[in-house]
Amino acid sequence: MLLEINDLHVYYKSYWYILKVLNGVWLRVDKGERVGIIGESGSGKTTLLKSILKILPQNGIIPRGEIRYDGKNILKLGDNELTKIRRKEIGIIFQDPMAALNPVFTIREQLYDIIKHKMMIEGHNPSSRELHEQAVKILNDVRLPDPERVLESYPFQLSGGMRQRVMIAMALISAEKLLLADEPTTNLDVTIQDQILKLIHKLVIEKNLSTILVSHALGMVYQMTDRVFVLYAGDIMEEAGTNELFNHPKHPYTQLLISSTPRLSSVGVGEGIKGKIPDYRNPPPGCRFAPRCPYVMDKCINMKPGKIQVNKDHVVSCHLYD
Amino acid sequence: MNNDTILSVSDLRKYFTTAEGVVRAVDGVSFNVKHGETLALVGESGSGKTTTGHVIMGFYPPDGGKIIYKGAYELSIPMKKRPLELKRDIQIVFQDPGTSLNPKRLVKDIISLPLLVHRIVDKSRVYEKVAELLEYVGLSEEYMFRYPHELGGGEKQLVAIARALAPNPSFIILDESTSALDVSSQARVLNTLVKIQNELKLTYLLITHDLGVVRNISQRVMIMYLGKIYEEAPTEDFFKSPMHPYTQMLLSSIPTLSEEDEKIKPRGIESVGEIPSAVKPPSGCRFHTRCPFTKQICMEKDPPDIVVNNNHIVRCWLYA
Ligand SMILES: Nc1ncnc2c1ncn2[C@@H]1O[C@H](COP(=O)(O)OP(=O)(O)OP(=O)(O)O)[C@@H](O)[C@H]1O
Ligand SMILES: Nc1ncnc2c1ncn2[C@@H]1O[C@H](COP(=O)(O)OP(=O)(O)O)[C@@H](O)[C@H]1O
Ligand code: SF4
Ligand code: SF4
Ligand SMILES: [Mg+2]
Ligand SMILES: [Mg+2]
Repeated sequence: MLLEINDLHVYYKSYWYILKVLNGVWLRVDKGERVGIIGESGSGKTTLLKSILKILPQNGIIPRGEIRYDGKNILKLGDNELTKIRRKEIGIIFQDPMAALNPVFTIREQLYDIIKHKMMIEGHNPSSRELHEQAVKILNDVRLPDPERVLESYPFQLSGGMRQRVMIAMALISAEKLLLADEPTTNLDVTIQDQILKLIHKLVIEKNLSTILVSHALGMVYQMTDRVFVLYAGDIMEEAGTNELFNHPKHPYTQLLISSTPRLSSVGVGEGIKGKIPDYRNPPPGCRFAPRCPYVMDKCINMKPGKIQVNKDHVVSCHLYD
Repeated sequence: MNNDTILSVSDLRKYFTTAEGVVRAVDGVSFNVKHGETLALVGESGSGKTTTGHVIMGFYPPDGGKIIYKGAYELSIPMKKRPLELKRDIQIVFQDPGTSLNPKRLVKDIISLPLLVHRIVDKSRVYEKVAELLEYVGLSEEYMFRYPHELGGGEKQLVAIARALAPNPSFIILDESTSALDVSSQARVLNTLVKIQNELKLTYLLITHDLGVVRNISQRVMIMYLGKIYEEAPTEDFFKSPMHPYTQMLLSSIPTLSEEDEKIKPRGIESVGEIPSAVKPPSGCRFHTRCPFTKQICMEKDPPDIVVNNNHIVRCWLYA
């Protein structure tokens, strides 16, 4: 087991109120495993990934929970050890490359900085020639043509697809064990998305990385992962092997999500889901899906469902299976 | 133009002058939209889909070509100079549900504005009509008293659709209207669009880059690349036998959810390269820089329209 999360709670605090976003999340990632997290916008997917690296925004707090990574409890680690993990072991591809890349520095400056810090942790102060070699190598790894020109560019001078490749390059420098990918292809055309996904897939295998892929594009998760967790409004609703989950979904939320996805081979999509993600200031006390669930029962309103093992590799959190 | 045509576009051109040079956003596009159908316009970003929609709306005048609406109106005239009746009859729903609704106004006021401007109902009956429109798109009356920020993304888009329906249009341009939504909200919006189209006999021009959506709600498809249309076909036929290499590349790039869907995807073609700048589009067939089948002639001459069978048209030298 490389990563194991139990009972994770994350709140965002403001002067007036507290948003209780993650509500006891669990997750596990084995060595070499490719894990997917799916769920609607606002479910807490990005919040979960940021917790793993302990890079939540200032107002984010973790009142309860455990994140065990490689035998250590991330939440109890000192700054030095955390920095080492962030620079050398776990890399992250952010949802929005424009926000993640610094607009006033060239790609060269940004890449050099990351490479340099990583090498310094390894006890080596690289020369500028070494930095250049490493930077060109990593840009070649992500199949960016003309690396020299890319190095001289500012982020806005690159196309969306190129920026995304640069982001992947940066994440890969730090990801020797685990790669976190947060919607790595939103806002890209399907053609470019396909190129980027194939690239990530290849690199992950080459480098024998574990990955967590976060997305609300179900097809992408179906094709890229071994195991899937379904997150809704800060709660894990279901966990199963990828094939099992998409072919035999048990949780009403998962079923509705899958039937809402348009198909190429047939006409007609499911009805979708009425309503919206609950207000995190005052979330439903029982099952957080209850206000939108077509099967809601009395006990769902006040009692949070537990983890129910429906078969060997399939866990669901819903009172229908009590 | 025959009787069942509502909109006829011929050799439409729209160029923009920018610092880098002239962008040929729409460069000789012709098509007809039939009464009551959904015609999909598909392509990567930058292919000129939105520009086509905006010229039809009259947001800016074309640089060439003709657009005839209902056999009577010439749509090259800008929005401001169009008769009120024409403005009423053509509506658009934008991509971003967040910015297209005024955040300071209640839903009831957002929807009543076009009702009043176009004098659809008497002032005293306005809120009755608003409630009816909300009901139509599947939202309860209670939504009248919400602000946009109190709605989910899908609900915002349903309100935008109710607003577009308010003046009783015949023709609606849907520009990536579900692209920013989760699948669960998207499904709800798509179902609503199909329902109201059947009930109100609406015509849609569906602009999207999502072929899954196209499959589900359109009757015909057009594929656009760098300002030109390269394939046009009835939806069934299109998915059964996609012909243009670009179409095949688009289809093969879609991450699917099942074996049956996987079978629809063309084999032996892979996504490569990016859409080139519209300032200096490639010579001949504009797709030749990414096409695995490029021949000499492709680089020299623009391929002609080739009619394959019942209304399936492809522009590619492979079929000439
Ligand atoms: N710094 C913050 N302060 C307050 N609330 C926040 C903050 N960051 C996120 N949130 C809120 O926490 C909830 C979960 O957000 P998060 O970004 O984790 O969702 P997500 O699943 O990644 O969504 P998306 O698919 O849209 O990226 C949302 O309601 C969001 O508005
Ligand atoms: N107002 C404008 N000024 C200059 N260029 C524009 C303008 N609007 C669109 N373009 C350019 O026209 C081309 C087509 O754009 P657009 O119609 O938005 O494509 P799509 O909707 O298919 O993504 C692009 O190269 C775009 O940058
Ligand atoms: S616990 Fe109840 S409300 Fe929640 S998903 Fe199951 S049936 Fe629906
Ligand atoms: S005309 Fe030539 S380059 Fe263009 S799509 Fe056909 S084969 Fe490819
Ligand atoms: Mg996110
Ligand atoms: Mg557009």
